[in-house]
Amino acid sequence: MFLAQSSPFLKPALSVSKMMRVVTLLMIPGILTATYVFGYGVLINIFLAIIFALSFEAIILYLRKRPIKVYLNDNSALLTAVIIGVALPPLAPWWLTFVGVFFAIVVAKQLYGGLGYNTFNPAMVAYAILLVSFPAQMTTYWQTPIMMLSQVNGQTLSLLETINFQLFAQLPDGVAMDALTSASPLGIVRTSILSGAATISEIDAQGTTFGMLGGIGTEWVNLAFLAGGLFMLRKGLISWHIPLSLLATLGFLSLLFGSFELDSNPSPLFHLFSGATMLGAFFIATDPVTASTTPRGRIFYGAGIGALIYIIRTWGGYPDAVAFSVLIMNMCVPLLDYYTQPRVYGHQVDNDDQELP
Amino acid sequence: MASTEIQTETEVTPKKSLLEEYAPIAKDGLWNNNAVFAQMLGLCPLLAVSNSVVNALGLGIATIMVMILSNVSVSLIRNIVRPEIRLPVFVVIIASAVTAIELIIHAWFHELYLVLGIFIPLIVTNCAIIARAEAFASKNTVSKSFFDGLMMGLGFALVLVTLGALREVIGMGTLFANAHIMFGEGMHWLTIEVFSDYDGFLLAILPPGAFIGLAFLLAARNYIEKKRTQRKKQNKQQEPVALEASAV
Repeated sequence: MFLAQSSPFLKPALSVSKMMRVVTLLMIPGILTATYVFGYGVLINIFLAIIFALSFEAIILYLRKRPIKVYLNDNSALLTAVIIGVALPPLAPWWLTFVGVFFAIVVAKQLYGGLGYNTFNPAMVAYAILLVSFPAQMTTYWQTPIMMLSQVNGQTLSLLETINFQLFAQLPDGVAMDALTSASPLGIVRTSILSGAATISEIDAQGTTFGMLGGIGTEWVNLAFLAGGLFMLRKGLISWHIPLSLLATLGFLSLLFGSFELDSNPSPLFHLFSGATMLGAFFIATDPVTASTTPRGRIFYGAGIGALIYIIRTWGGYPDAVAFSVLIMNMCVPLLDYYTQPRVYGHQVDNDDQELP
Repeated sequence: MASTEIQTETEVTPKKSLLEEYAPIAKDGLWNNNAVFAQMLGLCPLLAVSNSVVNALGLGIATIMVMILSNVSVSLIRNIVRPEIRLPVFVVIIASAVTAIELIIHAWFHELYLVLGIFIPLIVTNCAIIARAEAFASKNTVSKSFFDGLMMGLGFALVLVTLGALREVIGMGTLFANAHIMFGEGMHWLTIEVFSDYDGFLLAILPPGAFIGLAFLLAARNYIEKKRTQRKKQNKQQEPVALEASAV
């Protein structure tokens, strides 16, 4: 039997709810890798962030007299929560997640008018606010990657011990904070090179910073997010413009500066596979609400983020820079969208017609 | 001349009681026409200095003094100065008042002077002060201008101290930290530790915290105003006679 169908034979547009759900699901490989590398704290962070985010969203929707169930079902708070959970340091105390999610959902998203009206990426607002406000917790609570444990004689926590530390700040007897954590590869490279304490080859000789591609440990997380991101591209969930221009700019800049002084500039591969590069390129910068919407605008937007990441990582005050770069480029989006309007089919390019309609 | 015309008008109207004359000025300065909440003036010092209660109080008191001084002086000369050159004259008066206050703080509250720094001379640029000189003091009697300066200054200082308290509690978990630099060495006890063992929410002390805090204060003010107008409307609807009268 043939099913009679009439035109139009267009694929139905993906609903926001389904798109957000699929994107969240595609983060799972990255999340599992991060859990393997950095311990159970990652999962607990995500779990706490989801609970806080859905509660805040429900409370604010109630206060704004909006239908709670409809808006909770769009899964956007879920995706924001998962991104915050992955981005936070794995041993973050619960209140760090709480404050971050509060600023993401209540201030950056709902006070601006809810999904679709927020100028800034909520998850990155949360991260930037936490990094500025609690620099100690945000930079030192990174558990030693599992690949490095034997080299630095480090310790790990079991699931229950992790929960006990994150909720009640209690470490098991005989375990010190210093034995649990280690500086991130990006942090080590930045401080050593800026202060002139060590060159790349000297850091490499210690064997605790560089892996095969990027930073030890984080390279695997980056690869997993890259896999999830490529799958999103294949499924047509995101366009190629932002991730490609972001990664290409970051790679080009690190190649350009790296070719002058090899021993004081890490390789392009290190930049691409360390920190939050892949997570940022595929899952954060491509946020449909806060990113540019025109094809050409997206290329400029991605390139801007890539350049800023390189600039802040190399000369700025912080080891990684995805959050700040995304927020700065979020501010440029109205300008980019205005100047990169595609030509409407059938209309000619008219240089005089550049004024506001 | 505009100023003399207004004066003759006020003389013609039947004499009001003291309360009727001065209550609206107080209401305007403190709430209805508050320099920050309603006019959004003087935001630069407000945002820059409100990182602790003591700093906010110091600048708030200095601003009150300058406002009173400038309002009274402008009111005294309002009938002598030609309208064409009134603004330069106001500016000179305000600048002199600020210089005097700055020297006083420098002499007797030296530590506070060091903390507030450039923001004391910058009171000159506080638009709220010249706005009151132009909008009120140049058209009203000396006693009224004095009272208006006091109330406008108080309204500004109240917002400043509220924002300062908010930022200090959230940012450092204390209130009245460094109270001794303003009230003297014997006043260390004024410092209150609201939360003990507090990590400190640095953002509240930093400039973005000032903007976010002011936004929340403004939102609260607008909410209260909205509720008040709603209540007024309801009261009017209950009395249709009054509604007709106002419509006419």
